[in-house]
Amino acid sequence: MPDITYREALRQALRYQLEHDERVFLMGEDIGAYGGSYAVTKGFLEEFGERRVKDTPISESVVVGAGIGAAMAGLKPMVELMTINFSLLAIDQIVNNASKLHYMSNGQIRVPLVMRMAGGAGSQLGAQHSHSLESWYAHVPGLKVVVPATPYDAKGLLMTAFEEENPVVFIEHTALYASKGEVPEDVYRLPFGAAEVFRAGTDVTLIGYSGSVHQAFRAAQQLEEEGIDAEVLNLRTLRPLDVEGIVASVRKTSRAIVIEDDWKFGGFGGEIVALIQEHAFDYLDAPVLRCSGSDVPMPYSMALEQAALPQEAGIVELALNLCEGVTP
Amino acid sequence: MVRVNEPRPRTAPEKLHRAMYRDMLLSRELSDRMFALNRQGRAAFAVTGQGHEAAQVGSAHALRRGTDWVLPYYRDVGVLVALGMTPRDILLGLFAKAGDPASGGRQMPCHWSWPEMRVVTRSSVIAANLPHAAGIAYASKLRGLKEVSVVYFGEGATSEGDFHEAVNFAAIHKLPVVFFCENNGYAISESSEKQMSVLHVADRAKGYGITGSTVDGNDVLAVHQLSRWSIDECRRGRGPKLIEAKTYRLVPHTSSDDDRRYRTRAELDEWIKRDPIDRFRARLLDEGTMTPDEDAALREQIKRQVAEAVESAERAPEPAPEDALRHVFAEDGG
Ligand SMILES: Cc1ncc(C[n+]2csc(CCOP(=O)(O)OP(=O)(O)O)c2C)c(N)n1
Ligand SMILES: [Mg+2]
Repeated sequence: MPDITYREALRQALRYQLEHDERVFLMGEDIGAYGGSYAVTKGFLEEFGERRVKDTPISESVVVGAGIGAAMAGLKPMVELMTINFSLLAIDQIVNNASKLHYMSNGQIRVPLVMRMAGGAGSQLGAQHSHSLESWYAHVPGLKVVVPATPYDAKGLLMTAFEEENPVVFIEHTALYASKGEVPEDVYRLPFGAAEVFRAGTDVTLIGYSGSVHQAFRAAQQLEEEGIDAEVLNLRTLRPLDVEGIVASVRKTSRAIVIEDDWKFGGFGGEIVALIQEHAFDYLDAPVLRCSGSDVPMPYSMALEQAALPQEAGIVELALNLCEGVTP
Repeated sequence: MVRVNEPRPRTAPEKLHRAMYRDMLLSRELSDRMFALNRQGRAAFAVTGQGHEAAQVGSAHALRRGTDWVLPYYRDVGVLVALGMTPRDILLGLFAKAGDPASGGRQMPCHWSWPEMRVVTRSSVIAANLPHAAGIAYASKLRGLKEVSVVYFGEGATSEGDFHEAVNFAAIHKLPVVFFCENNGYAISESSEKQMSVLHVADRAKGYGITGSTVDGNDVLAVHQLSRWSIDECRRGRGPKLIEAKTYRLVPHTSSDDDRRYRTRAELDEWIKRDPIDRFRARLLDEGTMTPDEDAALREQIKRQVAEAVESAERAPEPAPEDALRHVFAEDGG
């Protein structure tokens, strides 16, 4: 299998869709001549023309709203919102409309809309460009929320997103576009709601998604040197969530830590902790912990930003304490 | 008796013109340096407005410093220079140092806060500061104060709902706010035909029942005159104004951009010929407001001033990591 970047993996899925489904079109700010803020659609305008690849004005609300309209009318739009931060300008369309039109029409209307956006911090982009708001969207019934961690995930999950009959919030991580991994050249689809055991282990489960999977994995490597065998779970989608997969892992290891860039208070980690105690309480040897970002707007300075983000050393320390029976 | 070699006394307009020219030069030099520092790997990010100096400096000199409210956008180095922010303070922000007066290293570079000059930090999120300006102007009106707010933004920002909602709100309440658009023809890669089907941003004013005017944004005196008039009108309670200054950015959108992907070298060259600083210099020399020697000395002095500021700002201390947790909520005493 060739080693390609996360960016290239996304491109392969999009190109496949454009080539194989006449109903698919892409729109968003700077996706045409510019090729997208993260160069995901580079060259597509030349290849597929303006009918399929459309630059929009800086109007996120109408980008999503018109995407909903076109989807209701039978097309398969993919809208790109640059970053999850700017999706906030379209949140009424996403939360009040895309997610509910099917339900409110008694199942008569469908909104098969793919909304791509970049999230995550760690790139010195400041408080308004570094959000991890996936938990907000995962909170909303009617939205599927996808958080790929690897190039393999990126292609397989994006392929599945286009098969969906529901709105999909597809959240890429700004720091992962250049990361590389093995990806089959052929078409494949990864199911939503199926977590991946990223690294098998027996002593503690480190649960991550998107960028935090890699942090968890590096922490697991360090823990190995300390004689601790950590299992790393890659959630792949937050909604649907692979509750069974999480519970199965925790039943095996009896300890768990959730790792996420997001703020701790009210974050998605809290949901996972609750599910574990609901479904695996009797198997736990220790409280389920969270290693999250600090509850602050993300500062720009590298020194401040790194202080506000979860660090591998912190994960290792929590895991060591958990395994030794010391809890904070 | 006037002696040779002694500078002759200057008239008020001459003083103003020289001050504006100096601010334009300083803004350009500082901006060039900020870009260079990024290219040398000494600053993580840079965003500047080379080419916009006439629009920025001309309008800022029409403000009442310390009385009027200013909501600049990320390109407005010239506005801040004209308000009197020092190169060192601007550079402390670029380097995100503890002493960055705008944010202590929290905000992206060129997102200024400066309470003494009534500058409030802008949102990186396009157009979000237009409603803020309307709100500040609303407060000025409610309190019966003769303050004007000036909010700056690009033509791309006029595609956002916030632009329309803010202008409409200001128009309904006849608020003392000037909406100042620096139309440089591009929003990152997208030319303005992709943003609007009207030719001029100023045309949008009609839809809200306010006055909109277009001005050559590379002519500092024309910008100054229109800004003066608009601000005066606002101060007299005659309602908001929309100004569109047509200009061009001579640099990429930010240090992360490659402008060769969407515009031609020939187009850039055309605009380099219309460089607002060269234009103003020619005029000042022609009118005898300054001599070539004075010009050379001034440029030399500005180069030195910026170089010294870079040295000092780069050596300043980094923010302390534990400081990241402060100022989420107002602490005792703010
Ligand atoms: C709501 C929102 N959408 C998208 C962006 C990304 N973005 C940053 S600057 C910019 C272009 C702005 O163009 P314009 O308003 O013309 O100002 P200019 O940069 O040309 O001076 C865009 C799209 C953003 N910051 N905020
Ligand atoms: Mg512009």
